Amino acid sequence: MTKQLRAIAVPMIAIVILLIFWEWLVWFKGWPRFKMAAPSDLIPAYQRHWDLFVTMGWQTLWRTVLGLFLAVIFGTLLGMIMGFSRIMRDALYPILVGFNAIPKATVVPIVALMFVGQHDFNTVLLAFMISFFPIAVSVSIGLSTLEPEYRDILRSLGASQATIFWKIALPKTLPEFFGALKVAVTLAFIGTNLMEIVSPHGRGLGALFDSGRTNSDFPLMFAVLIALAFLGIVLYYIVVALEKIFAGWAERAPG
Amino acid sequence: MTNLIDIKGVRHAYQTDSGPLPVLDGLEISVPEGGFVAVVGPSGCGKSTLTRLIAGLMKPDAGEVWLHGERVKGPRSTVGMAFQNPVLLEWRTILKNVLLPLEIVPTKLSRTQAEERARFLLALVGLEGFEEKRPSELSGGMRQRASLCRALIHQPDVLILDEPFGALDAFTREDLWQTMHKVKEREPFTGVLITHDLRESIFLADQVVVLSGRPARTQYVLDIPSSGPRTLEDLYTPEAAEQLNILRHQIQIAQGRAQPEDTAP
Repeated sequence: MTKQLRAIAVPMIAIVILLIFWEWLVWFKGWPRFKMAAPSDLIPAYQRHWDLFVTMGWQTLWRTVLGLFLAVIFGTLLGMIMGFSRIMRDALYPILVGFNAIPKATVVPIVALMFVGQHDFNTVLLAFMISFFPIAVSVSIGLSTLEPEYRDILRSLGASQATIFWKIALPKTLPEFFGALKVAVTLAFIGTNLMEIVSPHGRGLGALFDSGRTNSDFPLMFAVLIALAFLGIVLYYIVVALEKIFAGWAERAPG
Repeated sequence: MTNLIDIKGVRHAYQTDSGPLPVLDGLEISVPEGGFVAVVGPSGCGKSTLTRLIAGLMKPDAGEVWLHGERVKGPRSTVGMAFQNPVLLEWRTILKNVLLPLEIVPTKLSRTQAEERARFLLALVGLEGFEEKRPSELSGGMRQRASLCRALIHQPDVLILDEPFGALDAFTREDLWQTMHKVKEREPFTGVLITHDLRESIFLADQVVVLSGRPARTQYVLDIPSSGPRTLEDLYTPEAAEQLNILRHQIQIAQGRAQPEDTAP
């Protein structure tokens, strides 16, 4: 088996095994459809609601990506401020940790009340709020742990701080940045869906899930979960691909 | 004759929570053009501070550092540095790492000429064929060789070496000593070498400066008479043994473990 084929085949087989086990479990336990859905129930659910899945999936996706994009910009800037200034790090860190510790589900009603009716804005805001923290922390740690020799090499030649940042600090932080981005991708999805489920406004996969819940339509609810998992996997691997391009050097050859 | 490096009465202290910690006090070192001075001394006596002062990365509290008849007030592009940690940029190939200083320092070399020079230096230190490799694919000794090439690419007046071979195993280190002689023959430089290794100091330098314990001042200067490039055999002559004895005794004085009036054993 070639390496590439194996890289695709192994996870596929694992997924199929998981689905078979799930199907078997539902059949073995004799769970009715209003209690638990089996994989075979999902196909009709997708067929019935396919148009909804496409429009709402798109709504969830673009709002997540936009929130994540803002989180990357804001998180990187914040990380740079904390990475370069000891005082700012001391000042901002406890605030950040505290902010991150607040369960975002409690923020949803506040945000929903503050910006009544602005669904897209609210959802993007929550995706952003939940996902910038790991990025800010990783960038600040990456910058503040830069060995002084790296700076000295360029500084002794008269390089400016900006040059040192572009030539050394930024590329050196990329592996940490992408590590955090992988976490942030998943978090951003959680943020989007929290808003869509807790404060439903008829948009996004979260709203579709909520309508499944009110109708006790288990196949629909599970179909939404699987769709979310699928989108999550796709975004995650886009980040992995970007990491390979921009920080592939950090990966050691195996063995 | 003016010296290329002149360190006159340099004093420096670090500010710590428990008050100022003096590290250098009345330091005097002079290196003529083309000279190679090794600085040895007890641990923590301020040797690395000295390199940062010469490189213009720090200003001394008192005293003066002169390079090429000009007082050092800040970083200058005529300095090349190599540290114990080779600090190669892992996202660049070895060739691109060596070329890094030329992206900062104004150069008359064209891109091709610069690359040619980098390849020449890499070949000189025995890294021919590794130009397109990444630092992670190289051994510690090879990385240190590449770091040396980077320190030399912009033809610096002064090469500052801060324990560059300190983290290498004994055989690799001796290999690199010989490489240093080869490099100096083809690419003459004025050098300051900070080291803990007395054999290294007498093998590479033509003058060894012993610093006292903290705060460091110039305690002793030993001239190493030499004729042409040295070989490892030169380390096993009676003269070398005597030089090492003198230096070892001076280090013991610096550490406070021997009295100056004791005669060297």
